Amino acid sequence: MSMIQVKNLKKSFGNLEVIKDITTAVEPSEVVCVIGSSGSGKSTFLRCLNRLEELSGGHVYIDGVDITDPKNNINEIRQKVGMVFQHFNLFPHMTVLENLILAPVKLGKLKSEPAEKKALGLLEKVGLGAKAKAYPGELSGGQKQRVAIARALAMDPKVMLFDEPTSALDPEMVGDVLGVMKELAKEGMTMVVVTHEMGFAAEVADRVLFIDEGYIVEENVPKELFGNPQQVRTKAFLSKVL
Amino acid sequence: METIIESLPMLWEGLKMTLYIFVIAIVLGFLIGLVMALLRLAPLKILNWIAKIFVDAIRGTPFIVQLFFIYFGLNSFSWVSLDNVWAGIITVAINAGAYFAEIIRAGIQSIDKGQTEAARSLGLNQSQNMRFIILPQAFRRMLPTITNQAIISLKDTSLLSIIGVADLTQRGRVIVSATFDPFTIYLALGVMYFIIIYLLSLLSGYLERRFVLR
Repeated sequence: MSMIQVKNLKKSFGNLEVIKDITTAVEPSEVVCVIGSSGSGKSTFLRCLNRLEELSGGHVYIDGVDITDPKNNINEIRQKVGMVFQHFNLFPHMTVLENLILAPVKLGKLKSEPAEKKALGLLEKVGLGAKAKAYPGELSGGQKQRVAIARALAMDPKVMLFDEPTSALDPEMVGDVLGVMKELAKEGMTMVVVTHEMGFAAEVADRVLFIDEGYIVEENVPKELFGNPQQVRTKAFLSKVL
Repeated sequence: METIIESLPMLWEGLKMTLYIFVIAIVLGFLIGLVMALLRLAPLKILNWIAKIFVDAIRGTPFIVQLFFIYFGLNSFSWVSLDNVWAGIITVAINAGAYFAEIIRAGIQSIDKGQTEAARSLGLNQSQNMRFIILPQAFRRMLPTITNQAIISLKDTSLLSIIGVADLTQRGRVIVSATFDPFTIYLALGVMYFIIIYLLSLLSGYLERRFVLR
């Protein structure tokens, strides 16, 4: 069974149709990168996958559960879907450690002691073991984003969604964050990554989706999509960014 | 000097009454304000309207009129019996509540939308998001304005002397009518109010430093 299944997804803001009709699936352990110019709807597509945006039409299934069905508890579904944002969105009034243990403890997944132990392990993993007691305001952008990844991982998600995770970073910070993401991909995490980092997509993705004007224009393994694009619009986009 | 020393026990009683009214009214007022702010931001139009009408009605009428309405107006019904102290507490609480509602609403709205998105994406529901993420940050930002309103409400309690509440101001008036020394007594009252308000702003300053926004 697919980890994520998207059927005829539509999303409008008022009269503006952002996602017109998208159907696709993401298999377990698959890494899918979503590319496209700004305003193409790629971020909106990602945000529909955990219902941060309410869908205007169609269905999204996470691990077989329809997230649009009001009978299914969206909060429980979201616990399985980690999300990393462009602007980190760490909780500034809490230490790094508190950021990581908040959700597992308050949602009754772990008692505070095992949650702390696990959080410290995750911080080690993203290379920030020494920053547990720091506040987000004391960290650099790259460090914040790695904390944000660790915070999402603290819930043991089955899927990780990344919304342009390196777009707000200084160039010298990008590598650290991408490094952590590569590590995750290697461990078999299912990932959907909206990104402008074509190099990352080419290296790590199992499949690349090119979204334009609310549709998936083309999808393929990165080697084919970047090396031998079939559609005119894909070619035009790639000639601008590569 | 002698007048002051002789009247100190009475002023002390008045001060205790003022503080008693202030503490209860400000706590009630804050709760009213919090509820009204949440109604104002609730996803249901009718709730927004209830909160908006409440806030507009209170902000658009004088404190004294509200006090008379609650003490004399409500007491004219046979099934209502409010003593002047509780009528005063309720008036100060409702009045402060309307202003707190606006302060809290603005504070909540000042927190970046990304905070809610991050909290919800982790699986927190809306009320957990409010409790753990939004309100703790909003309150830090609101602290100076909250203190300001608390000081205004404390000063408003002196108006309760008009309906005979034996607060600091009323005790002062009684002493003046017995001693014929308004200069000394009202100066002493002013000093006493000033000290309390100064302590309040010190407390607020301490809290602001303690919970500095990072």
